[in-house]
Amino acid sequence: MLTDITLGQYLPGETVIHKLDPRTKILLTIAYIMALFFVNTIAGFALCAVFMGCILKISGIPLKFIIKSIKPLWIFVIFTAIINIFMTDGKIVFQIWVIKATWEGIYLAVIMSLRLIFLVMGTSILTYTTSPIVLTDGIEHLLGPFRKIKVPAHEIAMMMTIAIRFIPTIIEETDKLMKAQSARGADFESGNLMARAKAMVPILVPLFVSAFRRADELALAMECRCYHGGDQRTKMKQLHMQGRDTGAFFIAAVSITLLIGIRYLPGLI
Amino acid sequence: MIEIQDVTYRYDENQIDLALNHVSLDIREGEFTVILGHNGSGKSTIAKHLNAILLPSGGKVLVDGMDTMEEERLYELRQKVGMVFQNPDNQIVATIVEEDAAFGPENLGVPPQEIRERVDFALKAVGMYEKRNEAPHNLSGGQKQRIAIAGIIAMMPRYLVLDEPTAMLDPKGRREVMKTLRYLNKEHGMTIVLITHYMEEAAQADRVVVMDHGQVIIDDAPSMTFANVALLKSVGLDVPQVTDLMFRLRQSGVYLRHDLLTIDECEQELEKRLREIKEG
Repeated sequence: MLTDITLGQYLPGETVIHKLDPRTKILLTIAYIMALFFVNTIAGFALCAVFMGCILKISGIPLKFIIKSIKPLWIFVIFTAIINIFMTDGKIVFQIWVIKATWEGIYLAVIMSLRLIFLVMGTSILTYTTSPIVLTDGIEHLLGPFRKIKVPAHEIAMMMTIAIRFIPTIIEETDKLMKAQSARGADFESGNLMARAKAMVPILVPLFVSAFRRADELALAMECRCYHGGDQRTKMKQLHMQGRDTGAFFIAAVSITLLIGIRYLPGLI
Repeated sequence: MIEIQDVTYRYDENQIDLALNHVSLDIREGEFTVILGHNGSGKSTIAKHLNAILLPSGGKVLVDGMDTMEEERLYELRQKVGMVFQNPDNQIVATIVEEDAAFGPENLGVPPQEIRERVDFALKAVGMYEKRNEAPHNLSGGQKQRIAIAGIIAMMPRYLVLDEPTAMLDPKGRREVMKTLRYLNKEHGMTIVLITHYMEEAAQADRVVVMDHGQVIIDDAPSMTFANVALLKSVGLDVPQVTDLMFRLRQSGVYLRHDLLTIDECEQELEKRLREIKEG
C-alpha cells in the first residue's frame, strides 16, 4: 500500500546541473526568484522560457515532471488572475453590474500567473536535481556565516536530516499499524470525512507514542556516538566549488542582467 | 581493562530492590564476553554502566583506569567504549550508509581524509562496503544492525558493548551479526561484551557471565557454564538444545561428557558411546 517511497522529488542523474555545488544552485535559485520580480513584460517571460528550456534540456528532466510540479498551482493562478482582472482600474472590456474587467487587469493577470509558474518551475529544477541530503548540506554551509548572530545552522541541518531519515521508517510503521487495525476490523475506506478522520485516531495515537520512543532511543544512541552539537565537528564529505560553478555563476549573471535589462530596454531605445 | 568494582545501582531512590547488587567483574582486553540473564536480571543495567549512560549508586567502574564518574572525560570514555543497541532503526542517523558510519568520527572532530579511511575500514570489517551508497531503509534488519556496528567501529573503540543487538532480528540477521562479531574479535582483536538471552550466541563466546537478581551467579567458560544445567534452569534460562539433550541422557543414566557445545561434538560423543554399548 505504502511501498516504493521516494524521498523528496529527486531524480538522480549525472548532468552538469546535477553535479553543481548545492550552494551554487541554492544561491542562483534565490537570484532567479528575485530577478523574476523585475520581469513584467511578455518579452521578458519569453526570454525566461528560453533560459528554463535550456536548463531543462541540459539537466535531462522530462517536461512532464515539470508540468506535474506546476499542476497544484492552478488554484493560486486562478485566484490571483480573478483578483487582478476585476480589481484593476483601466479600459473596460466588459461590465456586469458593478463588476468590471479591464484590459490592464487581464495583462496584469497574465504577468502574475506567468511569474508564479516560472517561480515554481525554477525551484522544482533545484529539488529535482539535488538530493535532499546534499541540499541540507548546502543550506548548512550557506547559513554558516549567520552562526555569529546565533542562527543554529548545524542544528537546523541535523533536524532536516533526521526528519528525512525517519520518513520511510514512520511510513512503514503506519502501514503496519493500519494492517494490524484492519485485521481487527477497523475500516479506513468507507464513511464520510468525519468517520474516516475518526478511524485514523487508533493509528495516530500509537504512531505518536512510538515516535517519541524512537526519538528517545535515537538521542541516547547519538550521545553514545559523542554527538554534542556542531562545535568542533568535522565533515567527511567536503563541498568544493569547481570550474563549472564559476561558469554557472557567469552564465546566470548574464542571463539575469538580460532579464532585468529587458524591462528598461523599450525606454532606452 | 574495564573494572567493575562492587557496583550497586537503584533505578529509584525509594526502591528496596537493587538493580545491581554489589557486582564485581573485570572485562579483559581481547576477550569475547557474553552476559546472560533473564528479563530484569540486571544484564542491561550493567552494560549501561560501561560507558556512563548510568552511573553507579555505589562502587566504581574503571575503564583503563578512568572513573566513569569523571564528567569532563565523558567523550573520551564513550569513544573508548562503543555501544550498540537493540533496535537498528533507532540508531541510524543519516540517510546514506557511509554517511552514518561517518557520524561518530565527525563528532570527534577527526580530519575528513582520516574519516574516509575509517569509514571504509569499518564498512569492510562488517561486510557492508558494497552497500555504502545505499539508503538504510532499503536494507534488512541484520544489515542495518551491521551498519550500526560499523558506525561504532569507525570511532576506533577499544571495547564494543552490544545490548541485545539480535533481539529484533530474524534468524538470518542474527547469524550475520554473530559472524561479524566473531570476525571482529578474532581478526581485529576487538574486545566484545555481548548482552543476550540467546544460548546459542553465548556458546560462541570465550566467557559467559550469568546474572540473576542483580548478581553474578556464574562467570566461566561456555562449556563449564552450560554443564550447570540445573542452576541455569533455576534462574529461568534455557540451555542450548544439544546441551539439554546431553543433560537429559545423563540424567537417565547414560554416561556422557558434560562440556560439549556444538552439534558435531555431540554427534561424535554419542557415536562413541553407542559403539561402546554395542561392543559391551
